[in-house]
Amino acid sequence: MESTTPSPPTSTAPIAKKVPRWPDRVFVGIIAAIGVGILGLALGIVAVLANGAQQSFHRFGWGFLYGTTWDPDHQIFGVVPFVAGTLITSGIALLIAFPVALGAAIFVTTQAPRFLRGPVGTAVELLAAIPSVIYGLWGLYVIHPYMETVVEPALKTNLGWTGLFNGPAYGLDVLTAGLILSVMIIPTICAVSRDTLLAVPDAQKEAALSLGATNWETTRTAMIPYARSGILGGTILGLGRALGETMAVTMVVGNVDKVPTSLLSPGQTISSLIANELLSSSGPLQTAAILECGLVLLAISLAVNVAARLLVWRVTKTGGPITL
Amino acid sequence: MRFDRPARRKFLSHSIAVLTGLCVVAALYPLVSIIYSAAIRGGGVLFQVRFLTAVPPNACSVVQCATVGIGPDIEGTVILVGLASLIAVPVGVLAAIFASEYRSRGLGRAISFTADVLTGVPSIIMGAFIFGYFVYYPSITYSAITGGLALSAIMIPIVTRTTEEALRTVPNSIREAALALGISKWKATLRIVLVAALPGVATGVLLAVMRASGEAAPLLFTALGSNLYFHGFNQPVAALPLLIYDFALSPYSNQQKVAWGATLFLLAAILIVNVASRYMIHRLGRQMAGGA
Amino acid sequence: MMGAVKLKSEQLTAYYGEKPAIRDISLEFPDRRVTAIIGPSGCGKSTFIRCLNRMHETAPRTRVEGKVLLDGEDIYSEDPVRVRRRIGMVFQKPNPFATMSIYNNVSAALRFNGRHPRDYVDAAVVRSLQQAALWDEVKDRVDTPATSLSGGQQQRLCIARALAANPEVLLMDEPCSALDPLATTKIEELIGQLKKDYTVVIVTHNLQQAARVADYTAFFYLGGLIEFAPTEDLFERPRERLTEQYITGRFG
Repeated sequence: MESTTPSPPTSTAPIAKKVPRWPDRVFVGIIAAIGVGILGLALGIVAVLANGAQQSFHRFGWGFLYGTTWDPDHQIFGVVPFVAGTLITSGIALLIAFPVALGAAIFVTTQAPRFLRGPVGTAVELLAAIPSVIYGLWGLYVIHPYMETVVEPALKTNLGWTGLFNGPAYGLDVLTAGLILSVMIIPTICAVSRDTLLAVPDAQKEAALSLGATNWETTRTAMIPYARSGILGGTILGLGRALGETMAVTMVVGNVDKVPTSLLSPGQTISSLIANELLSSSGPLQTAAILECGLVLLAISLAVNVAARLLVWRVTKTGGPITL
Repeated sequence: MRFDRPARRKFLSHSIAVLTGLCVVAALYPLVSIIYSAAIRGGGVLFQVRFLTAVPPNACSVVQCATVGIGPDIEGTVILVGLASLIAVPVGVLAAIFASEYRSRGLGRAISFTADVLTGVPSIIMGAFIFGYFVYYPSITYSAITGGLALSAIMIPIVTRTTEEALRTVPNSIREAALALGISKWKATLRIVLVAALPGVATGVLLAVMRASGEAAPLLFTALGSNLYFHGFNQPVAALPLLIYDFALSPYSNQQKVAWGATLFLLAAILIVNVASRYMIHRLGRQMAGGA
Repeated sequence: MMGAVKLKSEQLTAYYGEKPAIRDISLEFPDRRVTAIIGPSGCGKSTFIRCLNRMHETAPRTRVEGKVLLDGEDIYSEDPVRVRRRIGMVFQKPNPFATMSIYNNVSAALRFNGRHPRDYVDAAVVRSLQQAALWDEVKDRVDTPATSLSGGQQQRLCIARALAANPEVLLMDEPCSALDPLATTKIEELIGQLKKDYTVVIVTHNLQQAARVADYTAFFYLGGLIEFAPTEDLFERPRERLTEQYITGRFG
């Protein structure tokens, strides 16, 4: 095809006379197939769960979605206790995590001396890297005794009149689960909030500062409004994580298949139900019902995640930060 | 107490500094507490001879019984995560290349959005999905194969998204330079654009590997766990997070101690890999930029 | 009077989306001569030159109509990859492969486009760096990263990289716009050398540069070709009023 000595530059012989075109097509074919495989994975998850849940569909129909009983002895199954458990624990988590995470993000971006920003950011990311099961172990052995003997009795004495804290203080209940969850989603909310606050253009801040605003006034009037949708997106992303968290919740939520009647009631989330009962199921109908609960969890977390991604995508344009 | 306006504004500004500072303390307290309790409760067993190689203990109610080790669980985690990476890294990287480099096709956008949404699917759902599929293949329902597949389902979207982000940071002028030299697009993509994105891709893979190493939920009904060393891809296999879960709930103190020892080990591994990889990727990135 | 024609466009129209950026351009580039394309920003000169080696179509939602003939063959009925091996390009901003050494940059085309014996590649690298007047400055450090070079050196490296692919035509899209005057002078001298062996097309917004380096000059305005003539004629005896206004600095 070409000589082994350098040809003079004026040679009209191009380097390669013929360029084979098939490698390009084969390559595109392969990676397109793999890409489609990702779409297939998403559809496959829905298909497999729906297939496994068939028996429960047929037996309970729509009633499954508002059934408040989960009774393997009588083979009656409904998803409400676990939807309630999931929403209550995640709600508590959000209530605690949001102010703390936003406060921390504001501190890191506007208050902290520059040399502190890096280390605090790294520490928050390390917090996100700790496995769920370790949070569970910590919750069970470190937080649970403290909740049982100190926090919950105090709540009962001081806030018992609200009715939120009825029942005995066991320490293994939806309140403890929500608290552990809040610790786990703080890194998510904090990281996204920090990134969007950092993305506020300097011109915005300078405009406020030049009007004589203090540091905090600048943050409040110029930065937070600008970063609002990003912060909201990060919060919803954190909520998404809380809704699906499994191991830590399973270890501290109490594992009782009933609708919680107070914040001190033991409960069960959809994910902890799957973790606890899929293998010890009483029979095919219960297995199908558990998988149908899985579908409900998938639907909830997909809705929440799509909402969050759309928000964060809209803000950053390039696609959201990767927060896990 | 009354403030005149400037003093009041200053007071508010200072209170905010203190308040947000407290938020940082509250956010980071768990990190300190977890590392502290793991060190106190798990330090003793972790440094016992053979803790990292011996098999885990049976339940034992005698006051003085051996705590033994976590050998099979370390081995199992390495095998499961290795298996999962073998699938997830090529799949995730190639899918990202399609989504990023062949973006003019609408399919690319759909894939990138799907991968993004998949990163938000709870890991227990990935486990239930693999279980629901392989329950019809009883010989491998509970095995290293299904465990690896469940972990790879978690890793694929992470690798896809991070690789895509990394590819997007490669300036377009590099692609143009390669194409203008008459280099075929696939070669230019794999050997020039992907290479330029390598530090970012490596970060994503490490992120996915660390996430997978700590996952217990998807393994509960796939890998299942075991007290034995690996004995075949079609057999149940041990994993560190599963051991921590099982022994945390055990009423026997010797097993609880092993759970804390395993936790300390896993924490140390994750923290060391995290910090080391940051350092290495930082250096790799600088080297590639030629120190300029 | 022009000698052999190496490259030629016939009624070339190029679109971004639905909007044509250049319309109906027919232009002939004589063999082993330098042809400059001048015109105000947005006149389509960069779009035009990117059509000459089929780079225009690599951007999304773009389209080209008309013909570009290389030695009488229409490049739009050929494989674009093969076309680009015969028609090299140098871009506005130096774009060396940041992850590669100087040697690997220059040899990229050879290494990625098939197998070549090591000494053939070595010789081609030395030859190309010499042609690009860079060899003396880098011969002791060809294994250092390309990004360690200065901006002007990087641009000459990009020229060497294009030459190593053994092209017949070299397209240069404002190659000096990101460089300082000294580096610009070097590149201009280099272009004078290169035309002995290559057909050169250079886009520039710098009229003096066109006058200094080009044998022929084409003036573009609003996506159309206004005038094409030997450089001297175009600058001293423009036939079109628009050309005259532009070169005397009365607009743009």
